[in-house]
Amino acid sequence: MNDMQPDQIVGEYVEHTLNFYDGSSRKILVTEIETEFPKGCLIVSRTDTSGVITHCNESFVKMSGYAREELIDQPHSILRHPDIPPAAFADLWNTLEKGEKWNGYVKNLRKDGGYYWVYVTAIPNIRNSVTQGYTSVRREPSRKKVEECIKLYPTMF
Amino acid sequence: MTYQLAISPDFKPELISDWFIFNTWFQRQWGQGVHLELHQGFDEQHQALNDKKIDIIYANPYDMSRLVREEGFIAIAKPFQKPDEAVIASHIDSGIQSLDQLTAPLTIAQADSPDVNTIGMIMIEPADIDPADIIVKGAPSYVSVAKQLINGDAQIGFFLAEAFNELSRLVKKQLQPVISSQIHMIHHALLLSPNCSEHINTVREILLSMHQDARGNEILKGLGIEYWEPMEQEDAEFMVDLMDTLIT
Repeated sequence: MNDMQPDQIVGEYVEHTLNFYDGSSRKILVTEIETEFPKGCLIVSRTDTSGVITHCNESFVKMSGYAREELIDQPHSILRHPDIPPAAFADLWNTLEKGEKWNGYVKNLRKDGGYYWVYVTAIPNIRNSVTQGYTSVRREPSRKKVEECIKLYPTMF
Repeated sequence: MTYQLAISPDFKPELISDWFIFNTWFQRQWGQGVHLELHQGFDEQHQALNDKKIDIIYANPYDMSRLVREEGFIAIAKPFQKPDEAVIASHIDSGIQSLDQLTAPLTIAQADSPDVNTIGMIMIEPADIDPADIIVKGAPSYVSVAKQLINGDAQIGFFLAEAFNELSRLVKKQLQPVISSQIHMIHHALLLSPNCSEHINTVREILLSMHQDARGNEILKGLGIEYWEPMEQEDAEFMVDLMDTLIT
């Protein structure tokens, strides 16, 4: 996954480095600009079992700020925001690998450095008893819950 | 042998005769006897499913999980660009123009259409109404949902977008849409039971070429369907996964 570049960013940014479970890392540039969740929409994506994006809908593309071709075949962690504690993602993967559904409130990173909050439900795509990949559906979150997460997540690092 | 065709009970009542005409055309093309059974509600249809009395079904996406994963039904076709979208509406004088104006306790009028009601419930989640403060009032039709809003018996109502758009001008001018879904991925589908598995290709060919037949095309227009497009089993499995993420 490529590092984020300053010329892609809108507004003032802060630089962070994300370290991923596979040992790789990514330089990201983060702003404080929030994009509102599109009313009445669902953001939908599918990944293979290693978390690489195989499908995404128009709302996913639009909210991410990337072009579709920049998203397909990329790790889903392209959306990872440094404010979300790694423990949340560990819980997500542990739950999915057990064949169960995971729900949670997540702040996603956009290509332009901004962010958007979502309520995520992710499930394994089980076909003939074998997990073929994962589907993730994000919907507009309760603002009250988001405010709770804004307070809670910094305590989880 | 006569096969049993069932239509999801949330079909528009004015389309009853169109579905019978569809069935007449369909069985002539297929060369098999087909009996169209219009169930009075989802409970009756689910009972028919329990009794193995459904061979072909135009199904609500909400039922796809049971049909595909438990009963082994096979996806055949879906109507082209005819997603099930929901509209949440209020009375024009209710003061409810957006979700942030919803307050508890909240009374919701809804018809017997599980996918629309699921989408409706998801859309009101950001309003932070405690589920214990939500009162749901069932209605036999979308016109009745509208009446409940007009009479002040409910603050908001859930509508299939198509049904909301087709309300009479007189009714519609007393209502206002609060929010409309734009999901584009949830739709009804035509499925075949495992009893008919040897007929999959024949039935699929008949449906996919229906719009090319002059009479078939006319019937489709009556049903509000442009044409049938193929639906693979993986499309149905994906719909099941998608619905599963919404029912939480």
